[in-house]
Amino acid sequence: MMAATIPTTLATSTTLAQKILARAAGRDHVTPGEIVTATVDLAMIHDSGGPRRVEPILRELGVGLWDADKVVLISDHFVPGDTDEGARILDLTRQWAKERKVAFHDGEGICHVVLPERGHLNPGMLVVGGDSHSPTGGAFGAYMFGVGATEMAGVLATGEIWLKVPETILIEWRGRLADGVTAKDIMLALCGRLGMDGGRYQAVEYTGEAIAALSMQERMTLSNMAAELGGQAGLIAPDATTAAYLEAAGVVLSPDDWTWLKTDPGAPLMAHHAFDAGALEPQVAAPHSPANSGPVTDAADTAIDVAYVGACTGAKYEDLKNAARILQGRKVASGVDLMVAPASLRDQERAARDGILTVLEEAGARFLPNACGICAGYGQHRLGEDVTCISSTARNFKGRMGAASSKVWLGSPLTVAASAVAGRIADPRAFLDSDGRRA
Amino acid sequence: MSGRIFLFGNDIDTDQLAPGLYMKGGIAELAAHCLEGVRPDFASSVRPGDIVVAGTNFGMGSSREQAAEALKHLGVAGVVALSFAGIFYRNAINLGLPVLVAHSIDGIGDGDVASLDIDAGLLNLPAKERTIRLERLPDNLKAMLADGGLVPHLKKRFAAERDKEHGRCA
Repeated sequence: MMAATIPTTLATSTTLAQKILARAAGRDHVTPGEIVTATVDLAMIHDSGGPRRVEPILRELGVGLWDADKVVLISDHFVPGDTDEGARILDLTRQWAKERKVAFHDGEGICHVVLPERGHLNPGMLVVGGDSHSPTGGAFGAYMFGVGATEMAGVLATGEIWLKVPETILIEWRGRLADGVTAKDIMLALCGRLGMDGGRYQAVEYTGEAIAALSMQERMTLSNMAAELGGQAGLIAPDATTAAYLEAAGVVLSPDDWTWLKTDPGAPLMAHHAFDAGALEPQVAAPHSPANSGPVTDAADTAIDVAYVGACTGAKYEDLKNAARILQGRKVASGVDLMVAPASLRDQERAARDGILTVLEEAGARFLPNACGICAGYGQHRLGEDVTCISSTARNFKGRMGAASSKVWLGSPLTVAASAVAGRIADPRAFLDSDGRRA
Repeated sequence: MSGRIFLFGNDIDTDQLAPGLYMKGGIAELAAHCLEGVRPDFASSVRPGDIVVAGTNFGMGSSREQAAEALKHLGVAGVVALSFAGIFYRNAINLGLPVLVAHSIDGIGDGDVASLDIDAGLLNLPAKERTIRLERLPDNLKAMLADGGLVPHLKKRFAAERDKEHGRCA
């Protein structure tokens, strides 16, 4: 009898995912497994799955946007419109942005990088994105996940979405990463260990000393690739690093806005995996799955034709800076095509100011526009027959970036740059001076 | 309605279901290339009522709903798999393509004649005198599928809301 009088909300420890979803569902508490209808704080769409796909559905439904102020449109997939059809899609996207009066970032970079960079994301938000790498928002303590165009049209019409409250898989990285080892290496190792359905659409949450030490751009790579683990969201509890990044983007937070966003001790977890960051070596994933990962040393001496520094997980400012650490004073091997597509205009400008772009250019890199580039496989720069590529992107499915006979290896920007110089897959640690001269 | 089983393995990804090269075109063009990387004759030989059966993590990868739409366009009655990637699963239901989880697909052969009972969660294989039990769908998803997907489901909801308003005004 006494026990029944204790409010369950006080007695129950909950996860970060539960806290965000309870708020979004207008409830004190939600339980993993239950299906709830939640209010969406923000919807992000892009040129591929956005206006051209959602507008016909909105017309069919006979409704407008539920709230134009909560919609952000970003063009990135068909940028630079180098085919007739791509150019037509971009025109339609621009026209729609004007008609529907939504925030629009045109050719400023990849949606997942531009959204937080322009201050659209706040910790604790429930956000849907029309792209599978939308878990990137989890790096900022937002529950963000990807949906298809029809579901997005439903959100744009109603401002609501149903969710099955997820269980949480806690992934802890203890210790510190060694020099030359990055967030991408963490993710490739996780894809290899846990598999691409290791998340089963649960919430993945990253924690531990090594995660806390990462910059926001590195954390974004981890959250982004929760999609590759099969997770719905990839969360990192906000901290002072998060607040500082967002403040620079124009979002001023008080500690009360984010300190409650954490998983309580004793909260129900589906699994808790712990790894030693200090023991991690640079990783590469062999064609045609991110789960085919292993230490770079196992793949060394695989000859490459193309090296690609691009995408939301591999061409942000810090990724470019890492590539430049290797390429400083060196040249791309003869016969290797090094392509660099900076993930955002702002990151590109910052890299230009810091001399990073000059380093890349002098090494022999050629630049592609600030967009999804060959990662999405939509534009002209597709890989040809039998080409072997090492790429800093998130996904190496067969035929995604070009011909079905092309082979894509995944690695960190450091590993891609080292391989570009060597002409074959190479361990970046061999190119980094122990005295930190290139740091 | 019964159809034939098209059997696939694990990890069929969205780039196989809806190849990026054909994403600029319409659904008919895209559907003609559906799964060509793993089974070149799939789009030309699949007929309305046929059923796709696969292993784990079917539909992994992109949020492009054309992956589910292409199967629907080809007349596939439903997909039965050991597990589905989350976004694909949502997309399929939203587009009115039934997707059901099986705990085992042992004994199901490529080309077997079968029928799918979505409401009861059963895959019937009459020639083998076998019935495979599938996970029942949650009620909200069953309602959406019964309406034909999210768009007709929302149309129904908006119409009901309008009727209610008119009723109040009258």
